[in-house]
Amino acid sequence: MYCLWCDEEILVEVNWTNFLLPDRPKQLCEACEKSLQRIEGAICKLCGRPSDVEVCMDCERWENDAGWKGVLTFNRSVFQYNSRMKEMIARWKYRGDYALLEAFRETIIKTFNQTFVQVRKDTILVPIPLSEERLFERGFNQAEALANLTGLPCENRLSRIHTEKQSKKTRSDRLATTNPFKIETKIDRPVILIDDIYTTGITLRHAASLLKKHGCPKVYSFTLVR
Amino acid sequence: MLNIASSLKSYFTPSYSWVPSSNTKQDDSIYSKQFAGKLLLRQEIPLDDPTLNELLHNNLFTTLDSIEKYIWGHRCRRCGNKKKHLFANIPCARCNHTHLYCRKCIEMGRVLECEPLYYWTGSSPTWLEQEEPCGWSGELTRHQQVASDRIKEMMIKGNSELLCWAVCGAGKTEMLFDGISAAIKLGKRVCLATPRADVVRELLPRFRIAFPNTEIEALYGGSEEKQGAAQLIIATTHQLLRFAHAFDVMIIDEIDAFPFHADSSLPFAAKRAVKPSAATIYLTATPRKQQKRRIEAKTLPTVFVPVRFHGHPLPIPKLQMSFTLNKSLNANLPPTSFMKWYQHYRINPNRQLLIFVAKIELAEPLVESLISLHIASGKDEITSVHAADPDREIKVQQFREQKLKLLVTTTILERGVTFPSVDVVVFDAGHQVFDEAALVQIAGRAGRSPDDPTGEVIFYHSGKTDAMVEAVHSIIRMNRKGRRL
Ligand SMILES: [Zn+2]
Ligand SMILES: [Zn+2]
Ligand SMILES: [Zn+2]
Repeated sequence: MYCLWCDEEILVEVNWTNFLLPDRPKQLCEACEKSLQRIEGAICKLCGRPSDVEVCMDCERWENDAGWKGVLTFNRSVFQYNSRMKEMIARWKYRGDYALLEAFRETIIKTFNQTFVQVRKDTILVPIPLSEERLFERGFNQAEALANLTGLPCENRLSRIHTEKQSKKTRSDRLATTNPFKIETKIDRPVILIDDIYTTGITLRHAASLLKKHGCPKVYSFTLVR
Repeated sequence: MLNIASSLKSYFTPSYSWVPSSNTKQDDSIYSKQFAGKLLLRQEIPLDDPTLNELLHNNLFTTLDSIEKYIWGHRCRRCGNKKKHLFANIPCARCNHTHLYCRKCIEMGRVLECEPLYYWTGSSPTWLEQEEPCGWSGELTRHQQVASDRIKEMMIKGNSELLCWAVCGAGKTEMLFDGISAAIKLGKRVCLATPRADVVRELLPRFRIAFPNTEIEALYGGSEEKQGAAQLIIATTHQLLRFAHAFDVMIIDEIDAFPFHADSSLPFAAKRAVKPSAATIYLTATPRKQQKRRIEAKTLPTVFVPVRFHGHPLPIPKLQMSFTLNKSLNANLPPTSFMKWYQHYRINPNRQLLIFVAKIELAEPLVESLISLHIASGKDEITSVHAADPDREIKVQQFREQKLKLLVTTTILERGVTFPSVDVVVFDAGHQVFDEAALVQIAGRAGRSPDDPTGEVIFYHSGKTDAMVEAVHSIIRMNRKGRRL
């Protein structure tokens, strides 16, 4: 096996515990594995970021705004958005290195199952869509690739109107934009929205408010990083 | 049978016969300059679909499969990757099929199996005719002149390879001017490829002055110019992944250097980037085994430049055994013998000092302890630098301007950088990161300026390695050769 990130060969030590039942081959070498930070311990109960207070400042702002209050029940994320993660997401998403997702597979599944153990039974996964132009450019939708890992039913109920790149906008720009999504078909069951990144939370809230407006009772979200 | 045999052969020794032969008809259309000799992805061609389709229809562009398929594997035609684990499948939204893409060269844009590479098969570009392209009027030393003449001869003749084995500080750039000038006069296209972007940036202004009327472009990751449409191209070796049968003259700088030495896609691309009739010149101060073997077997024509441009011999490294080396370094302390040398025996305490260490983790703690040992008064006199250091360029610049007295570095500063007056020490020279080439290069940092052509070089070690002994021998051999010639 070779590390999916740095291409170093990963040497597997065979001992008596894995002699008969080999471990699932590691996708990252030890050094690269260590450079990732999982979100563990105390978190903001709304947005899922590491936090000492129950509800972080950003979330308080959202919840004090009558227009957005309660739109998103909560968000949970797997990893912190540290510098290595930034590089990895850039290669995965913008360069289009689809296979890199395998590096996170196990951790994603574990975190997802722990988080949604109670609600997963009757929820539907909805990945945040890309515009057609963007989808062609990347060759795949990263949110859909994430959703597919969970094994739960995943449905493209939203579509996106093509606008310029999110990453080029400032926070206030993004907050000011109108809803970039359109609903394709209504959902009357709870939804878990899937995306790669929770940054300000505006994208997920736009999607959530639209779903709720069309009869969806509850919207959670799950992202790779926060 | 024949099919499998030829397929096997082309899998193991890449042939570039799939690159269409170029159209020898010349014209000065913008397209031929912009696209000739390029192997491009669709998104690298800044034309709209109707325009491109018309060019394809008229056979001015030709499409080529991007990934070669063999019964037992694949090869990416852009980077030469054959490794199974560097291909992966993608459920592709462009063609709605699941197929391969190349992970190896993905930083330069993704090669998808469902999409072709585009190659220009229109007419060849013409370049400005020049009587005397070179405006450089400096003088070469006797040794430089010998090499320069050989290089020029090869570049005019074509169809040849030449290794120029020139010691660190020989002044190799000046040795190229005459040959490049002759090549430009003949309307040839020239590429100088080097492993490092900082070297490209440093060379560009020097070439612009030397060849004031020639179109020159610098290509490296993040460079402003991206076209690669000039007659003379100065590029990082990675940029060669975008060329096929483009150049009449190829100069590959530091042929032994990481990453050219370690990454097989770079030799693959370099060979593809030149025309079949090209002259290829390799430059090195420290050839690898593979090249030395070819020199000895006389299958690689070689010219030596064993003397620095200022005429002084190379400083010979001193090997300093230290029994307590590991103990000291584990405590983030310098070897005791270093302290003694630094405080009592240094020949010229006014020089700056470069300290090479094997591991990044040692660099910063060592800075701290050198301050507490009063070797440096504080952070305004000493700092450390490593490959991933965001402030790397600034720190090196500060050291070059002599604002810092000491610099602790990993092997990243082993080559390419010139400081006027330094002593050089290596802590734990027996470590595997210091191979022969690295040690010769490190020693080559000292005595670069005619104002201070000597400099002390000390390798601190806890047991001699072959690399150390070989490095010293090879420096002595070069000095001897220099006296003889
Ligand atoms: Zn929060
Ligand atoms: Zn490739
Ligand atoms: Zn495809």
